[in-house]
Order: sequence, then structure tokens, then C-alpha cells
Amino acid sequence: MAGSIFDHLQEEVQDIIGRYPVKRSALLPLLNLAQREEGYVSEEAMKAIAALLDLTPPQVYETVTFYTMFNLKPIGKFHVQVCKSLMCALVGSDDVIEWIREKLGIRVGQTTDDGLFTLSVVECLGSCATGPMMQINDDYYERLTKETVCRILDELKQQGDCPLKSGPFMVPEPTS
Amino acid sequence: MDPGSDGTTKLMASKYEKILLKNMEQPGYTGSLQDYEKAGGYQALRKVLGGIPPDEVIDIVKRSGLRGRGGAGFPTGVKWGFIPKDHPGPRFLCCNADESEPGTFKDRQLMERDPHQVLEGMIITCYAIRASLAYIYIRGEFRLAAKILERAIREARAAGYLGSRILGSELDVQIHVHAGAGAYICGEETALLESLEGKRGLPRFKPPFPATHGLYQKPTVVNNVETLANIPHIIMRGAEWYASIGSPPKSTGTRVFCLSGHVKRPGNYELPMGTTFRELIFEHGGGMRGEKPLKAFIPGGASAPFLTPDHLDVKMDFESVAMAGSMLGSGGVTVMEEGTSMVWAALRLMEFFYHESCGKCTPCREGSSWLVQILQRIWQGEGRMSDLDLLVDLCKNIEGRTVCAFGDAEVAPILSTLRYWRSEYEELIARAEASRSSKKELPVVA
Repeated sequence: MAGSIFDHLQEEVQDIIGRYPVKRSALLPLLNLAQREEGYVSEEAMKAIAALLDLTPPQVYETVTFYTMFNLKPIGKFHVQVCKSLMCALVGSDDVIEWIREKLGIRVGQTTDDGLFTLSVVECLGSCATGPMMQINDDYYERLTKETVCRILDELKQQGDCPLKSGPFMVPEPTS
Repeated sequence: MDPGSDGTTKLMASKYEKILLKNMEQPGYTGSLQDYEKAGGYQALRKVLGGIPPDEVIDIVKRSGLRGRGGAGFPTGVKWGFIPKDHPGPRFLCCNADESEPGTFKDRQLMERDPHQVLEGMIITCYAIRASLAYIYIRGEFRLAAKILERAIREARAAGYLGSRILGSELDVQIHVHAGAGAYICGEETALLESLEGKRGLPRFKPPFPATHGLYQKPTVVNNVETLANIPHIIMRGAEWYASIGSPPKSTGTRVFCLSGHVKRPGNYELPMGTTFRELIFEHGGGMRGEKPLKAFIPGGASAPFLTPDHLDVKMDFESVAMAGSMLGSGGVTVMEEGTSMVWAALRLMEFFYHESCGKCTPCREGSSWLVQILQRIWQGEGRMSDLDLLVDLCKNIEGRTVCAFGDAEVAPILSTLRYWRSEYEELIARAEASRSSKKELPVVA
């Protein structure tokens, strides 16, 4: 497709489609790929995916809207998602949300003026023994305190990365 | 051992033999193919390819008593046995790695720390059910686990454990990682299949079951990560060995229990089935985090009814927890200390279920919204006594009236907290009513 966001990803796209005996199965992987590229799933991306998979754009749209991880509008460079489900709430996730609101000066659902951070509150991320926690883009940050929350946000802003992100998960930790 | 100064908790020696967490607890174990092989990995695959016919593998798993570790606890070998033998194929295996049940975080550890154990279990399962294509449906948020699994798949393929003519045999197996995109319901096996087909994750009516009409309407087995990770061990050490662990005959083997909440050492603890909640919480988990005593616990993930301190000596096996009026579910045990409002706890979980209801069935779609609103007004001091009957009435009209088990799950926190802590609801409402009458407001009409 001319001008498609997938033009420079032909190999990856074909690899994904080739994993399934029925093309439509590649829908979620391609939507994930589109969001990785653009930060959200644009209308153009949905049309391009529909063409790739022999679907109609409404078939793509009806699927996209079911899944909460797909952003249909552009968001900040760093998507800060704080878990608020009971297990994290028992150990202080409401405080974490407050700290971040205070630090970034935005409410839940908003993006900072510099376009760097969008704050969301989400349901269980499967990190209940290491709460309170948040996910920022691909990474988990666990056992948050006010100090670590500030440090994470500062370092992401300044360096684009933060070493406090979780590695391969194991709790209790192995004795190394 | 108390939490360290960095807030972390270190692993302690256990009096039980670990099966699934054994490798990863060795110092320096990285989960690489080399480490896994050194620890005896892929020997079970060699053993079945060396001369155990597929049907015999199914029989071994049946005799081991292994039951699904995702939540429902269906006997694994029996599930495999439902795959029709005379079907022309293709057949599929789906590894359910959508771990989304609040309170559960074991599959994440199994995948990130010992991915080949899961892959070997999958390859053997494919051999047993004669499938050559398998998918790992992993929740979209688990990006690290997905990357680790993809790397492990590449390693296994390069070493001849995956692909065509595995280890020189006739067996062909391909495994692909397929990421979801944030929908709790996709952990329900038929919703998972819909999602894997590229559709909205709406559960299907059953029957027909996935064993005959699964992915693309072809015979399909869907097994949880932990279930599959057990398979190589059962093959290596035998059905009788596995069946002797835990609470035979119905709840055999170990389980990785996920402990969270107000305890000193939350974490994953692999213990024999039938260990008591008291031992998990107070021995392995180090007891309560502070001075406050235990008030309540959830024994098997958010879908399981709450239990009380009177239930601490209940054994963690499928039957005992069911006898106590709850369920062992996903193995997620969440502990709450005195002072935690049970109305608030029920509300938090209800908000989760409201958010995650897929919308297919009217009782769940509409009912979950009503339940949240009623709980919110009670919690915010605007409730009325008649709300309690209304809550129960709504719950009874959701429970058992939906396509999948979600309907039963979402009413569990409310019905169980009303059963054991009804007075907390009544106190909040009584205070609200007193404040309303003191303000001489008009009476609230139903």
C-alpha cells in the first residue's frame, strides 16, 4: 500500500501474517505493531490493516474498541498506568496516583503540556505482591515509594529511561 | 526473615520439594536454554519421542491427577482425551498466559524465569494431542515475558526442539507468542479463542467445547501456563510420583500460590496442594505486616468468595476450599488486616468487574453497573437499608445467568462480604440515614 505506515515494516508484517492459517488472526498483532510505531492506532493504520487482512475498516474498528490497551488518540511519550485494583489499593496505590498527579500537575486521563506524560489508572496488571506499581510504556515499576516515583518520572524526562524498571520477575527474590 | 532494608524479601529454604520453581531458585539460573538443559531440561521431550506413544502420554497425565491451574481445575488429561482421534485436523494447542485474575502473578514468574519449562510442556502436549501449531496467548501488558518467551522459542528452534522433525523424529511443532491487548475476559478459554481469531473477546456458548470446536472451529486444547509447566516433570518422574504429592486423589501435585495484601512477605510460594492457609500466610508469608490481626482473605483470586480467620485451617485443595464456601481458583491468596473496610474492598473488586464485563450478556453488562453504583453510594454515605436486599436480588439475577463464569465471579465479593460482614454495610447505611434525617431532607424514594 502506498503511503502506509507499514511500508518500512514489510518483512515484520509478512512474518506476523504468516504465523496464522487464517489472516484475521493477525489483527491484534498488527494493531500492536501500529501502536508501537505511532503511539496510538490511527485511522490510517486501521485502514491499512483492513486492506492487509481482507477486512472492512469497520471490522477492524469494532475489534479495536474492545481492547483497552489501544489508544485511538495520540498520547504522551510516556504512558503512565497505575494499577488501582484491590491488591494494589491495599498497599497504597491511591497514594501513588496522588504523588504522580502532584508531581506532573495533571489529572487522570490528562497529558502534560510538554507532551511527555499521560496518566491513566488501570485494573490489575499481575503484580500484586510487589505493589503499589505502575507500567510506563513496556516497563513495570514495582514497590513504589514517593521517592522512587519522583526519581522514575525525573529520569524518564531527562534520560528517556530509568534503571528502576523491573527485570525478570521473581518474588521472593532469589539469593544470588 | 523480615523485609530487607531495601524493602525486598529474600527467598528462604522450604521444607517441601519444589517442582516448578526449583530451577529458578538456583543461584545464577538465568532461564537460558543452556541453563535449562543443564538442569535436566528437554529430557522429558526426548523420553516421549524415544518411545511413549501419544495416547500413553495422555494416560500418564490422566493418572497423575493434574488439574488445570488457571482457575477451573478441570483434569488436564481428561481434557486432552476429548480431542477426537479421527479428526482430519488441524488440531491446536493454546497456552493461556492471559494471567489477569487480580491476586495472581505466578505465570508471569514461570515465563520470565524459566521459559523453556513452559515450552517443553507445550511441545509434549502438542505431541500428545497431535497438534503441530501452538500459540501462547499472553496478556498485552506482559511485554517482558513475551520478549523472553520469543527469545526462548528462537533458542529452542535453533537447537532442534522446535520446528520440523524435532530431534530427528516425525514431530513438527511451531509455537508463536500472541499478545492480547487488555481484556480480562480473554482469560476465559472461548473468549481467548475469539480474540486469537482477531475478534472481540466475547465468550462462546458451550457446548460445543474447544476440544471439538476450538480455534477456527478445529479441535483445540487450552491449558494454563502452570499446568503446562508441570508436564515435563510428570513425564520424567511418573504419574504415580505426581499423584502422591498434595491431597490425593483429587488435588495432586504442588501449586504456586500467589500471596498478596497485608503480609510481611508477599510472593509466589510453591507448596503441596492441601497445605493450610494458615501455613501459607503465617509461616511462608511471615504473618501479618504489622500489629493488626487478620480480618479477611480471598482464597483464589478476585472471583473467589472472601473467607474469615475461622477458615485459616482449611486446606488449600479444590475440595476443601469448595466445602468452605469458596474456591481455590487461580491460587491467588489476598490477605486483609483488621481495619480494612469490607464494603470498600467489595467496591474495589466490583469496579474491576464492571470495567471488565465484556457486554455480551445483559445480566452482567447491566448488573455490574448497577452493583457498582449501589456500592458507591453506600460507601459514600448515601445508602439506604433497602440497598442490601437490592444488592442480593441483583446478584441472584446475574449468578448462573451468563454465558461464562464471569457472572458468578463478579457477585462473589458482594455476597461473601454481606454474609460475613453485613453489619459493616448496615453501620454505614445507618449513619447515612441518621445524617439525612438530621438534615430533615425529604425521604428518599425507591
